[in-house]
Amino acid sequence: MSNIQKISRRDFVKIFGVTSTGIILGCNISSDKKSFIPSSNGKTFSPNVFIEIQKDGKITLISSRSEMGQGIKTSLTSAIADELEADWRYVSVKQAIGHEKYGNQNTDGSRSVRTILEPMRKMGAAAKMMLISAAATKWTISVSDCKAENHHIINTKTHQKIFYGDLVDAASKVEIPADETIKLKKVADFKYIGKTLKSIDLTDFTHGTAKYGMDIRIPNMKFAAIARCPVTFGTVKSFQSSDAENVPGVEKVVQLDRIIPPVGQFFGALGGVAVIANNTWSAFQGKLSLNIEWNYGENQTFDTEKFKEVLTKRVHEKGKLVPGSKGNVVKAFDNAAKVIEATYHVPFLVHTPMEVPNATAWFQGNKVEVWAPLQDPQTARAEIAHFFEIPIENIIVNVTFLGGGFGRKSKSDFVVEAVALSKKINAPVQVVWTREDDVKNSFYHATSVQYLKGSIDKNGSVSGWLQRLAMPSIVSSFKPMSDYASGFELNQGFTNNPYKIENFRLENAKAEANLRIGWMRSVVHIHSGFANNSFVDELAFAAKKDPVVFHLDLIGEDRIIEGKSNYPYDSKRMKNVLHTTAKLANWGRKLPENHGIGIAVHYSFYSYVATAIEVSVINDKVKVEHIWTTIDCGLVLNKDNVINQLEGAAIFGMSLALFGKITTKEGAVEQNNFYDYQMTRMKDAPKITVKIIDNMNQLPSGVGEPGVPVIAPAICNAIFNAIGQRVRSLPLIDHGLV
Amino acid sequence: MKANLSINEKNYAIDVPEAMPLLWAIRDSIGLTGTKFGCGVAQCGACSVLVDGVLMKSCSIPISFGIGKKILTIEGTSENLEFLRKAWHKENVPQCGYCQSGQLIAATALLDQISHPTDQEIDDAMSSNICRCGTYARIKKAIHEAVALKNNQNE
Ligand code: FES
Ligand code: FES
Repeated sequence: MSNIQKISRRDFVKIFGVTSTGIILGCNISSDKKSFIPSSNGKTFSPNVFIEIQKDGKITLISSRSEMGQGIKTSLTSAIADELEADWRYVSVKQAIGHEKYGNQNTDGSRSVRTILEPMRKMGAAAKMMLISAAATKWTISVSDCKAENHHIINTKTHQKIFYGDLVDAASKVEIPADETIKLKKVADFKYIGKTLKSIDLTDFTHGTAKYGMDIRIPNMKFAAIARCPVTFGTVKSFQSSDAENVPGVEKVVQLDRIIPPVGQFFGALGGVAVIANNTWSAFQGKLSLNIEWNYGENQTFDTEKFKEVLTKRVHEKGKLVPGSKGNVVKAFDNAAKVIEATYHVPFLVHTPMEVPNATAWFQGNKVEVWAPLQDPQTARAEIAHFFEIPIENIIVNVTFLGGGFGRKSKSDFVVEAVALSKKINAPVQVVWTREDDVKNSFYHATSVQYLKGSIDKNGSVSGWLQRLAMPSIVSSFKPMSDYASGFELNQGFTNNPYKIENFRLENAKAEANLRIGWMRSVVHIHSGFANNSFVDELAFAAKKDPVVFHLDLIGEDRIIEGKSNYPYDSKRMKNVLHTTAKLANWGRKLPENHGIGIAVHYSFYSYVATAIEVSVINDKVKVEHIWTTIDCGLVLNKDNVINQLEGAAIFGMSLALFGKITTKEGAVEQNNFYDYQMTRMKDAPKITVKIIDNMNQLPSGVGEPGVPVIAPAICNAIFNAIGQRVRSLPLIDHGLV
Repeated sequence: MKANLSINEKNYAIDVPEAMPLLWAIRDSIGLTGTKFGCGVAQCGACSVLVDGVLMKSCSIPISFGIGKKILTIEGTSENLEFLRKAWHKENVPQCGYCQSGQLIAATALLDQISHPTDQEIDDAMSSNICRCGTYARIKKAIHEAVALKNNQNE
C-alpha cells in the first residue's frame, strides 16, 4: 500500500492508500463518544474502518466488530453498500484484527449498530460522491447530471453508464468530500437498510469452512488442556504427572501460575497444571490422568445453597438506600388498600457458548501472535502487553469466527493462558477448554435475591414500591471487596425502572463474590426484568386487574425522560410494544384447557420489548407453546437479522428459565456438562412470532440482548395464569415443572 | 495405531492413539475442522457424522468404528445434504454457525430415513443437537423446505 493520504477538511473520510488493485478509504469512528463523528485534527487522524474499492468492482469492508452470531458483519456492510449504491453481490467483509486503530472493538452491550452506523453510512456516501465526481470529469458534465445506481454511475441525460470498477483510478484522484457536504439517503430510499439480507457467511457455515478459534492450525503447533482448581483462586500444592505423561500423544506437563490482574483492569488467568500434547484429545486425556493436590484457599467454604439463605435474610432487613428513591413508601404502605410482598431468586448462570473458550498463541521473543474467538480483542492485546511486557505494536491479535460469545468471550483469560504456555514451551500452542472447564471455571452471571413490597391504593393503582437487591457485583472481578451491586448495574432496570410510581424506594444489600463474576447476554436486566415483571403481575392480580391494562397504567402517561445518552426513555414506545404484543397474541381470548398466558415488558439497551407467552401445564409439566415478541429498536438495519436475534433470545431466555442453575458445594461448581446444565432443545422449542415496530427515524438501539429479560417472567406469569402457582425462584426444573 | 479412513470419498492414512475418538482423528490428524467439538460426551451433536449412512456422534465412538466404512462429514456432499444446504440458505438459518455442521448432518440422516418427516419426526430426530443461538424454528422450517425443493425438482 503506497502512502497516499488525502485528508478532507473535516478529516472524516480519507483515502488511506492506492494499491495496484484499487483504492482504500478509511474513516475514523469513535464509538464511545457522544458525538458520532469526532472532529480529529489532521495529524492524529487514524482511520479505523476501511472500504476497499477494487478495479474489478469488488468492494471489501473491513469490519472492526466480532461476529458471534449476531450478524454484525452483514448489517454494517449493508449500511455502507446502501449509501454507496453498491450491488450487494460485489460486497464482502473481512474481519479486522484487534488493534486500537479500529476504535473500540468491544462487541458487548448490543452497542455495535447503535454507535457506528452513521459513520459507516457517511463513508459509503462519500465514496459514492467520489465515484460520481470521477464519472462527471470523464464525461465532462456536471455532477448533477450523474447518479449512482447498482454499482454504476449513470449519465442521466444520455443514459450512458460506467461500472464502479472502471472509475477507481479516476476516483482516487478526486478530492474527498467535506463532512458537511455528505448527504445521507432518506429512509424511503433505502435499498438494503431495513430490508432482509442473508448472512454473508452462509456458504462457509453450511460447508464447514468457517474458521472458528478451535479450527486454527499452525505448523508444529501443540494442543493444551489445563486443569484448574475447582475452587476459585485455589492454587496447586503439588502434582503427580507420570500417568498423564504416559498417555499417548502427551508431550509435557507444566505448571502454570495464576496471573493476577492489577486492580481495576484485566482478567488475568487462573493458572493450574497444563498438559501439552500433539492433539486435543490426548491433552484432554492427560488432564484427566493428573493427580493434583490443591490449596483451595478461602473460597472453599462457598456453598450457593447457604449463600441464598444469607442473601434472603439480608434483603429482609434494611439495606443501603440507592439514589433515585423518592416519596415515602412507609406512608404509602400505611395508607394502602392492599400491601403485598414477594422474594425472587435467580441462581448463578453460565454462558456455555457452543464453541468452548480457546486460543492459539505463538510467543516468539518479543513478538506475540494470537488467534482466538474474541469479543474484545483489544483488551486481550493490552493484557498480553501488560503481563508479558511485550511492546503493544509487536502483538497481533487475530479474531476468528466466534462459535457464540454471550459475554464469555469478552474475557480474555483463555488468551493469557495460551500466551503463557507458548512462552513456557517455546512453541505455538492452542489451549482448549473442555465443556466441563467451561461450566466449572467461568466468569459467572451473578445470582440475586430480591425482596419486593408494593401497595395498591383504593383505585387499584400502585402507590408504593420497595425493592431490595442483593447481587454480587461484576466490579468484584476487577476490584476486591466490591460487595454491593454497582451504579452501572443498578442502572439496568432498577434505578431506571420504567414505571410511574410516586413512592419508590430502592435498597442495595451486601453480596460478596466467591466466584469470578462476569456478564452474560442482557446482564443485570435478567434480574430486574424477572422481578419487576413478576411483581407487577402479582400486583395486578391483587388489584383484580388485567395484567396488560395494569401494566399500561403503571407505565403511565406519555413522557420522555432524558438520560446521559442520546437515548431518552419514551414511555409511549414502551406502551406501544405492550399494546402490539397483546394484539399479536390475541390477548384476552379464551384459552384451551390447562393453558395460561403471561406478559412481560422491559426496556434495555435503549430498546423496548414486550413478550407474551402461552404455556400449557399438564401433569405439572410446563410446555412453552408460543412466544410473541415485539421490539422497538429504532432504525432497523437488517430485518431478518433482528428476527433471528429475537428468536434466539427467546430460546436463550427459555434455557435459563427452565434449566439454568450453577451451584457450588465447598466452593466447587457442581454441574459438569450439558447433561446437568441443560439447554432448550428443539422438542421444547415453541412457535415464535416476532414483530418489529417500524420506527426508522429513531436512532438504532440494541437488538442482541433486549429479547432475553422478558422470557422468564412471561413464562412464570403464564404458569400462574394456568395453574395459580407462583414461581419466584428460577429455574422451573427445581419446582418439578419441567 | 495406523489406520485408513474413507471420508467424503477420499482416503486418509492416519497414525493415532488407539483410544482416540473419531472426532479428533478427523479434526486434528486429518485436518477436516468442519466437524465440531461441543461437549465430548454425546450431548450436543456438534460432532455429528454419517458412518455408512448411520448418524453418529464422532466424539463418542472409537476410530475403529469408522475403519472400512464410508464417512460423510460436512465437507462432503450427498443428494439430501445439497437440498438441505439450499434450504438453509433460503431460511437464513445460521447465527454463529458453529452447531450447523452437526445440524445439517443430522438433518441429512433424517431425510435419508424419512423422505417427508412430520414436525414430530423432526423434533425427535433433531433434539440431540443443541443450538445455543436458538435457531430451532428455522432449522425445522428449512427441513420442510428441503423436502419441498426436492419434490419440485423430481416432478
Ligand atoms: S461433541 Fe459430540 S455430541 Fe457434543
Ligand atoms: S448457530 Fe450458534 S450454536 Fe447454533
